[in-house]
Amino acid sequence: MLNVVDSAVPVACWSCSVAHNDSTLFCPHCSKIQPAAAGDFFRVFGLERQFAIDLPALELEFHRLSRKVHPDRFARATETERQLSLADTALLNNAYRTLKDPLHRTGYLLKLEGAEIGEEFAGKDRKDQTDPSRVPADLLEEVFELNMQLEEMRMARKIGEEDLQLLADLKHAKTKFEGLLDAVDRDLRMQWQVWDAADPAARQTAQKTMVALLDRRRYLSNLVRDVNEVLGAE
Amino acid sequence: MAESTLNGRVVGIDLGTTNSLVAYMQGDAPVVIPGVDGSNLVPSVVALDPVPGDGGRPTVTVGNTARKALIETPERVIYSVKRLMGRGLEEIQDELRLFPFRLAEDMEAGEVPRIRLGEMKFTPPEISAYILRQLKRNAERFFGAPVTQAVITVPAYFNDAQRQATKDAGRMAGLEVLRLVNEPTAAALAYGLDRAKEGTIAVYDLGGGTFDISILKLRDGIFEVQSTNGDTHLGGDDIDNLLLAIALDEIYAEHGVDLRGHPGAVQALRKAAIEGKIRLSTEQSASFDIELPNGDRYQREIPREVFELLIEPVLNRTVGPCKQALTDAGITPEEIDEVVLVGGSTRIPAVRQLVDELFHLSGRGKKPHIELNPDEVVALGAAVQADILAGASKTTEEMLLLDVTPLSLGIEALGGTVARIIQRNSTIPASATEHFTTGVDGQTNVAIHVVQGERELAADCRSLARFDLKGIPPMSAGLPRIEVKFLIDADGILKVTAREQRSGQAAKIEVKPTYGLTDEQVESMILDSFDHAEEDFAKRLLIEARIEADKILELVERAPESPAWMRLSGEEQAEIAAARDHLASVKLSEDSSAIRQATLDLDHTTRRYAELQMDAAVSAAIRGKTMEAADEDLGEAVTAPHPMAAAEFK
Repeated sequence: MLNVVDSAVPVACWSCSVAHNDSTLFCPHCSKIQPAAAGDFFRVFGLERQFAIDLPALELEFHRLSRKVHPDRFARATETERQLSLADTALLNNAYRTLKDPLHRTGYLLKLEGAEIGEEFAGKDRKDQTDPSRVPADLLEEVFELNMQLEEMRMARKIGEEDLQLLADLKHAKTKFEGLLDAVDRDLRMQWQVWDAADPAARQTAQKTMVALLDRRRYLSNLVRDVNEVLGAE
Repeated sequence: MAESTLNGRVVGIDLGTTNSLVAYMQGDAPVVIPGVDGSNLVPSVVALDPVPGDGGRPTVTVGNTARKALIETPERVIYSVKRLMGRGLEEIQDELRLFPFRLAEDMEAGEVPRIRLGEMKFTPPEISAYILRQLKRNAERFFGAPVTQAVITVPAYFNDAQRQATKDAGRMAGLEVLRLVNEPTAAALAYGLDRAKEGTIAVYDLGGGTFDISILKLRDGIFEVQSTNGDTHLGGDDIDNLLLAIALDEIYAEHGVDLRGHPGAVQALRKAAIEGKIRLSTEQSASFDIELPNGDRYQREIPREVFELLIEPVLNRTVGPCKQALTDAGITPEEIDEVVLVGGSTRIPAVRQLVDELFHLSGRGKKPHIELNPDEVVALGAAVQADILAGASKTTEEMLLLDVTPLSLGIEALGGTVARIIQRNSTIPASATEHFTTGVDGQTNVAIHVVQGERELAADCRSLARFDLKGIPPMSAGLPRIEVKFLIDADGILKVTAREQRSGQAAKIEVKPTYGLTDEQVESMILDSFDHAEEDFAKRLLIEARIEADKILELVERAPESPAWMRLSGEEQAEIAAARDHLASVKLSEDSSAIRQATLDLDHTTRRYAELQMDAAVSAAIRGKTMEAADEDLGEAVTAPHPMAAAEFK
């Protein structure tokens, strides 16, 4: 089961004015829907800040809360209740979307903890990967070669040639870089555990390591995407 | 909200490109409500009757009667108006080339397009409102009570403006739109009702004018959409246009007749093309035999293989969206447990073949779901969603639909690039908060350009709105901190609120969208505002019952002139005469339900006659009469209040 945090900040119900705990979505006195409590996405699910999450439990909780607060449950309610349902559900959806994805969750929690991390990990910005200063040092040589091969392949495609050796090389590179991605993911998970174990000194180090790992991961996944694009054009 | 609406029925409406339907939950099963002609499908065709002799306002007709006018007075008829919903002048140029939409001459840039219909002009939401009003009336006739709340379906890939236009149309028709539901999701609801299933399903929806693909995960009554994709301008209409273009070209090449300037002839040809297309779903070949204005005949045989080659490019346009939807859901075709087919165009064998290949179905011993009528399944699902929203129903109390936004939402940043703030396929409602500031000392306005789409440059995305944040307190440049909240609601429609945090002047920031109809415009376009008053309602029921009675009486009056009449036995003829006399006398009373019952009785006794007449009309058409003559024969039959008569041609 999920770990429930009880913040117990008393607030007054907008409808009946009776005070209740601010993390309660429905007033215990009059049962009316309440505004979601201020706080981070973890709190929406009653969770402590943590990197490792029980995903099936998170999904169940998402469904349970959705059934309660979704606008479909308030289609014929008063304007105030409909607005609250809309806001509560938008927050719930935003929280679930962020927490269910390991990378989004990692980036989000690192930011919450004050870490400065790169823009997006989805890799929408194509320009920055050609910036040689951002190539992980241990990969400089291979990345250089891969980019040459990708360029050659694109050229060959343009003039309608099929270079089987090049194709094999690219497929080999793809496997290699995918392997490196998996390694990054394993490393990230290890750092999650270190951080979640909650030793303050270790947390600082883990945090720094994770920021670097996310950076490396973003770079690698852009490479893999480019290789897939060229290979997928077959 | 008025007390009475709390208990009123909520109907589900499929506002389609070609046909529209209204359905409701009868006990624990959704059913379609038939129109006055007994047909479940109301063709999405709106016609303006000729100006009455007294110079009064011309009346608007909808459905089969309007469709009849297509060939006689094409300039007073409009169809496929869904293609224009929520679109700007520059966006509809393609449609204007392919469809006989006539724009008003006095259009200004930035204005919602207005379409000429005879001597009047209407915006697309107004035209749709007439269709919705017809459905509303059909439902009211059926229940004998007013209907004021509805769920309306839209293509999943509809953008914000198209959704808003649909909602506006509902309001104009006197309907409170409780929810817009995506069509493929509605279909999934209709299928999911009687099977407590778990698993991943794909809904492939190829309708008259739009294509959608949605991938959903079902679990414990929760329908969670994983991804959606599509093309709002791809459907059966495109196939019709291909056939039509070939016919027009060949007629010009072989007979030297250019029909493009003759709207009536083009409509007749389009009708023949559609009929041919429908035949090709069950037969190996379809033949066309059409008399041209100069007396020549255009004769053409289209074998199915030729047809399939012809439509391949159209069908292939559905492949990309399907693959993208799978990628976005993070699954492979093999992980799809079930596929549901929706939309009339999925009757085409080549479409089923394509779906089979896309999702590797037959290789896994699976078949797509076609148990529910593909023309009705969306309306049935809308009725299920209506029941969920109405609450207090045991059948649907455990069901909940979690849908997504089909397109990413972004803001134009410096250099014309897009900063994405809500990604596509995010579960809705979804929100994002952004902060803005000023660039010049004392600046009191900030303009924000919101776009929808997946392209990197704002110019390549659909411009949603240019919001002007006004009333910012004058401060040094960069000092104001304006928090703007973007919220996509459960209908997929964007709401924007803003506040200046530094000065605390929260409520003073004014957010003004610049797209679509204003609230005042929608208000002024509301069709007959007395629509829900009770006394008017009773009066209208009576008037409508009498009109229906008159229609069938007139048909029966003329029946003895028809050869079909002679084929009835003397007993059958006497039975009809008795029912006719009964209706004629009941019609004079004020009792609308008695009139309706007598009308239904007469309708019932004349069923065999109508069938005989229908047979005659169809064989006349097959014998190769001119299109116009065949259509006149059919036109008679179509007005006959028999389910089979209206269902014959679509």
